[in-house]
Amino acid sequence: MDMQVAKKKLGLKERYAVMTRGLDWKPSYQKMEDIYPYIAYEGIKIHDWDKWEDPFRLTMDAYWKYQSEKERKLYSVLDAYVQSNGHLNVTDARYLNTVKLFISGISPLEYVAHRGFAHAGRQFPGPGPRVACLMQSLDEIRHAQTQVHAVSNYNKYYNGMHDFHHAHDRVWFLSVPKSFFDDAITAGPFEFMVSIGFSFEYVLTNLLFVPFVSGAAYNGDMGTMTFGFSAQSDEARHMTLGLEVIKFILQQDPANVPIVQRWIDKWTWRGYRVLTLVAMMMDYMLPKRTMSWKEAWEVYFEQNGGALFKDLARYGIKMPDCAAQIALEKDHLSHQAWSTFYNYGAATNFHSWMPDEDEMAWLSAKYPNSFDKHYRPRYEFWREQAAKGNRFYNKTLPMLCQTCQIPLVFTEPGDPTKICYREVDYKEDKYHFCSDHCKKIFEDEPEKYVQAWLPVHQIYQGNCFPEGTDPTVEGFDPLAAVLKYYHLEHGRDNLDFEGSEDQKNFEAWHGQATKNI
Amino acid sequence: MQIDLQTIAIKPLRHTFDNIARRIGADKPATRYQEGTLDMQQEANYHYRPTWDPDHLIYDRARTVIKMADWYSFKDPRQFYYGAYTMARAKQQDTAEANFDFVESRGLAANLPEEVRDTVLKLLVPLRHVAWGSNMNNAAVCAYGYGTGFSQPHIYHSMDQLGIAQYLTRVGLLLGGVDVLDEAKTAWMEDDTWQGLRRFVEDSMVLKDPFELFVVQNVVLDGLLYPLVYETIIDDVLSAKGGTSVAMLTQFMTDWFAETKKWADATVKTAAAESDENKAILTKWITEWRDRAAAALVPVARIALGDRTDELVGEVVQQFNARMAKAGVAL
Repeated sequence: MDMQVAKKKLGLKERYAVMTRGLDWKPSYQKMEDIYPYIAYEGIKIHDWDKWEDPFRLTMDAYWKYQSEKERKLYSVLDAYVQSNGHLNVTDARYLNTVKLFISGISPLEYVAHRGFAHAGRQFPGPGPRVACLMQSLDEIRHAQTQVHAVSNYNKYYNGMHDFHHAHDRVWFLSVPKSFFDDAITAGPFEFMVSIGFSFEYVLTNLLFVPFVSGAAYNGDMGTMTFGFSAQSDEARHMTLGLEVIKFILQQDPANVPIVQRWIDKWTWRGYRVLTLVAMMMDYMLPKRTMSWKEAWEVYFEQNGGALFKDLARYGIKMPDCAAQIALEKDHLSHQAWSTFYNYGAATNFHSWMPDEDEMAWLSAKYPNSFDKHYRPRYEFWREQAAKGNRFYNKTLPMLCQTCQIPLVFTEPGDPTKICYREVDYKEDKYHFCSDHCKKIFEDEPEKYVQAWLPVHQIYQGNCFPEGTDPTVEGFDPLAAVLKYYHLEHGRDNLDFEGSEDQKNFEAWHGQATKNI
Repeated sequence: MQIDLQTIAIKPLRHTFDNIARRIGADKPATRYQEGTLDMQQEANYHYRPTWDPDHLIYDRARTVIKMADWYSFKDPRQFYYGAYTMARAKQQDTAEANFDFVESRGLAANLPEEVRDTVLKLLVPLRHVAWGSNMNNAAVCAYGYGTGFSQPHIYHSMDQLGIAQYLTRVGLLLGGVDVLDEAKTAWMEDDTWQGLRRFVEDSMVLKDPFELFVVQNVVLDGLLYPLVYETIIDDVLSAKGGTSVAMLTQFMTDWFAETKKWADATVKTAAAESDENKAILTKWITEWRDRAAAALVPVARIALGDRTDELVGEVVQQFNARMAKAGVAL
């Protein structure tokens, strides 16, 4: 036997360290600040990148092995789903509107996350966070692509999804999620990590990703459900990364605390405003509800988030102030949002409708303090009008919030009968806001938010018509021109679910699949 | 005899997304690569300029001097979307694992001729830092390149290079242990042999033009380094000296280079074919950086090649020139 000296056996942690941070070196031919140019201007102070604790230890060989197994399973389920006309197994065709909202509003954000994490994964001088970010970048392109692949089959049979990339860059309400991620990726790398890594992936993911996936599972959408479940272990890694980032930054220097607190305040509110779309999806768009928006907020934010912020108190971080206003809005948010989309149902890539009697009863039960008093009468009136052939479509354009870009439709905190308006004069112009929190975000960085591409302003400026449109000709129909610019087909992609092509096709195909006629 | 299983046939309203149909010329079934790649990157109506780069849009064609009428002219001949990519790599990883097992279980590492073992430790282990540099550079191209057709392969390439750095680390651990990694790092930082290459890598890290960075890292440096180290030195020279087992430990890199260079060539070819201006820029970049890379690789190659270094490096450069000529850039 060879009498070689026994090699030092590495523990998991040490082994991972030589596989990642051991690869890094301190450059001498180029300056650190030239190789990592974006790291100083946010004011975050990092004294020792080696203090970074790797939140998970996955070498590339293991990553490829696990991920490929998940991919193989996912795509075989998708293939089987397609072959068996799985789309006909959803609860009812109204459910498909959730899929339209998801693919045009959310999936493109997964892609931005992919690019944003590639950026962060290049720019941090610490090798530990760089590797973790790059792995997340790789995961995020997975999520973007698996979502497109899963929804591809729905697009073949139903309307509203056929040009979702084009829509995402243009359609009025899609500027809400788009501007949210544009805001994050244009921030510095540390703020990006707090906004997406922590606030979005850690604090809010149970209110965004989870309701869509659970909603899919409850409504027979095996395609969406499968990619959701398949992404679960990725999401768990992303959450641990988000938490590690926050703790690391806070531990490095006390001067970082107020900066991080401002970011957490901002991004909790920004994220919450995007969740408006999820709230109405949960309360109105899922034929089979999983839970109400209010319940979800209470469980996932007030309870779980509350515990998290208690844990962060030791670093000097407190619960964002906006939580108090969100609590006041939780009885109203989804109803005000759905009313708005019902109004503007001629300019959306999905259908809207009035809840039926059973659904009204569910809403009354879930929202005993608000639904019957403020929203049911409105709905009954609209329903009556629709029955008389006067389905209401609002064709005037609303004022938008300069920060979150949602129309000013929310009510004053504590007074659900009065619309909330705020404004700020900045340089020569006046800017409008939906809330004190959006106003404050603007005031902290006005030079950023004055750049916002506000869909309503853009329409009024004539920037949202197909090239060559002459808006001065007699009988010019601005809505028709805007829909053309959006690539939406009037009468197929928009308007009420009642009487839609989706409704008719689903019924006919379902008959074909279940009856012998 | 054929059996005829039936499913209920429903005529679809459309076969793919409109943006795909516009690009492939008709509404017909599209591949997963196409649906997962084309127009994935946002293109219009960005809300804010990056605070870290206010002179550019979030995604901006002007970050590079290479001009393309359509950035989706870049197509990956491997048709890699995430699923196809991870499945391909998992298969290679299986082979790599089996190779490491084979070498370990038969004690082949311990039986390597002293000279071969020494060469491997001196030459191969410091290259983990070069791969790490490539991991960073490819992350940059992915982050700042325009269009998913061009940016997407770079995240795969970035993670591949991290994987390669980790395989090289395992080779070091297998043949020596942790101390060997430390020694290799000291050599990388201090020995004259490595300083030209380290300077090259650090200089590449400050390049701002993502297409130039693609050229410098993936076309030029890897285009010389991989044939030189994994083909000429390991497969030929070391194998002849009893080091065949080393070639087993680096099979991943050999296969990987054979696969990825097809993509790199296709990318160069598409950019060069677009315009004479592009071709002139590519010629200039490739020529300048090739000369620097070749000079930096000479002392490294000498570790294994001794007197034959200049001759064999010269051959690798000749092969590289021929490869580029085939891709439309005559040097």
